[in-house]
Amino acid sequence: MTAQTTKSSDMPAESGGAAAGQAGQTVQSVEPVLEARGLVKRYGHVTALDGCDLELLPGEILAVIGDNGAGKSSLIKALSGALTPDSGELLLDGKAVRFHGPADARRAGIETVYQDLAVAPALDIASNLFLGREKRRKGVLGTVFRMLDRDRMQSEAAGHMAELKIGIRSMKQAVETLSGGQRQGVAVARSAAFARHVVIMDEPTAALGVKETGMVLDLIRQVRERGLPVVLISHDMPAVFDVADRVHVQRLGRRVAVVRPGEIEMSDAVAIMTGAAPGNLAAG
Amino acid sequence: MSSVTTPTAERAAPAAPPADAAGSRLGALLRVPTLGPLGALLLACLYFSFASDRFLTGGNLSLILQQVMVVGTLAVGQSAIILTAGIDLSNGAVMAFGSIVMTKLAVAGGLPAWLAIAAGIGVCALFGAVNGSLVTLVKLPPFIVTLGTLNIAMALTHITSKEQTVTGLPTVLTKLGDTFPLGQTRVTYGSVLMLVLFAVAWYVLRHTAAGRHLYAVGDNPDAVRLAGVDVRRQLITVYTIAGALYGIAALLLVARTGVGDPQAGQTENLDSITAVVLGGISLFGGRGSIVGALYGALLVGVIRNGLQLTGVDSVYQILITGILVIAAVAVDQFARRRRK
Repeated sequence: MTAQTTKSSDMPAESGGAAAGQAGQTVQSVEPVLEARGLVKRYGHVTALDGCDLELLPGEILAVIGDNGAGKSSLIKALSGALTPDSGELLLDGKAVRFHGPADARRAGIETVYQDLAVAPALDIASNLFLGREKRRKGVLGTVFRMLDRDRMQSEAAGHMAELKIGIRSMKQAVETLSGGQRQGVAVARSAAFARHVVIMDEPTAALGVKETGMVLDLIRQVRERGLPVVLISHDMPAVFDVADRVHVQRLGRRVAVVRPGEIEMSDAVAIMTGAAPGNLAAG
Repeated sequence: MSSVTTPTAERAAPAAPPADAAGSRLGALLRVPTLGPLGALLLACLYFSFASDRFLTGGNLSLILQQVMVVGTLAVGQSAIILTAGIDLSNGAVMAFGSIVMTKLAVAGGLPAWLAIAAGIGVCALFGAVNGSLVTLVKLPPFIVTLGTLNIAMALTHITSKEQTVTGLPTVLTKLGDTFPLGQTRVTYGSVLMLVLFAVAWYVLRHTAAGRHLYAVGDNPDAVRLAGVDVRRQLITVYTIAGALYGIAALLLVARTGVGDPQAGQTENLDSITAVVLGGISLFGGRGSIVGALYGALLVGVIRNGLQLTGVDSVYQILITGILVIAAVAVDQFARRRRK
């Protein structure tokens, strides 16, 4: 097993501060915003997560890469509350948390942008941004008649979109009239607007062309600029190496390496991912 | 003939300018989903006011409203369900059962009329809840579920009524069939109730979070679930409220006919779907306005009434409705393909 061979050369990268400006050698000087310890999830005979760890540091973009079946999806579902692990623990700002559904994670301040562009295409941008979190009018209109405050939602939506430098004029536009990249922009803006701790992005560029991918990567940087750490799951290696501060390599249900894009070649990362090269971490 | 032509031409004139004058706003106007149904309705009215000088009278228009009120009320519930990408085949049969329950309880059961009415509406709401639960919790297709409950409701109607029409109703049950004066004409309370139900449904769908979620569920249920909304509860609620609306339709049916008729409600399910489809609401869910369903119901009513006034066999009304339904669905399909 790959996990047996522990390569020591890149060890500091695992625990060092990846937050901008941190020296790579300091061990555990920065407390992770989100931490997973020894997550296990089994489906019958299949072990999706086999004692998986993850650490997300403040202000960083942490990419999660792995081959199909490496347990990426399960890991992300566990972080976003869509899946409850059989064992292991999650810590948010150092405190143990347990999610029984995406709503729990959202309440804890973790927002997720899903792979399949989870927007309602026929609804307008503002309605999508506030879906499930609608704002009502003040006074009797809002409390008794439960009337939505469309104007306020529209102006706030415009603010959130502008903050991420997404140039769309009207918030009344149906999402289906937007390009794929702009749609993803709506989804990202929604998470960034409501996340207090973490934004998770599941394959945000999977459905997009080259130019639109670049646009979404800029969006991800914008989210980081706002001070929110991002977990980015992606197959798109060039995109990962372009945008990530650190890369978590997932294999056979575990984290086998944590690398920095500047210190390792993309092909080496792929080799670790496929098992052709050993990772830099001992499995727990 | 020409003496009739002039006044109607003037009447039609105000409708034309907005489309011409708007110019740049024409595109936005064309995207209003109810424009087509409204245009078809106005066109039908225009044609029949040429064809018969009795068409455009207050009394006749009030009659059309009265004839439409039962199917219109069913169409309110049907619209809500179709907007969630569902369909309800059971509503006519459920309404018939509701009408037997309320009349039977009031006449043979000796219950106070209002309690009998409440029981009838409650039974219909229960049917809705069963439909909704089977669709969401057991995950059966709405088409099959409501086909099943259609038969169950029909059987229960015949069993409880013993195939007998219920007569001798207390006046409270037929109150909504009474009229009140409005200018020169008399208007049925029931048709006003139908319009009020449409208005309330429009408000809820357009201006409340629950209404926006209903659209979103029909559009992309996964997005709604991921947004933290309880989609199953939402769907069961929609079917249950639709059921209660069928109960109100049952009361309107009783009020209009003055009896509890076990043979009623056999075509109303398809009539309500026709109204919804003609109203431009997509059978694929998530798109359209409930106001369109009102136009759709009125369109069918106007064609039927107009053909009667002009002495045309009512079979042609069925023929025309059939053609319009296919045209409306074709337009919806075309719009879908263009979006992709």
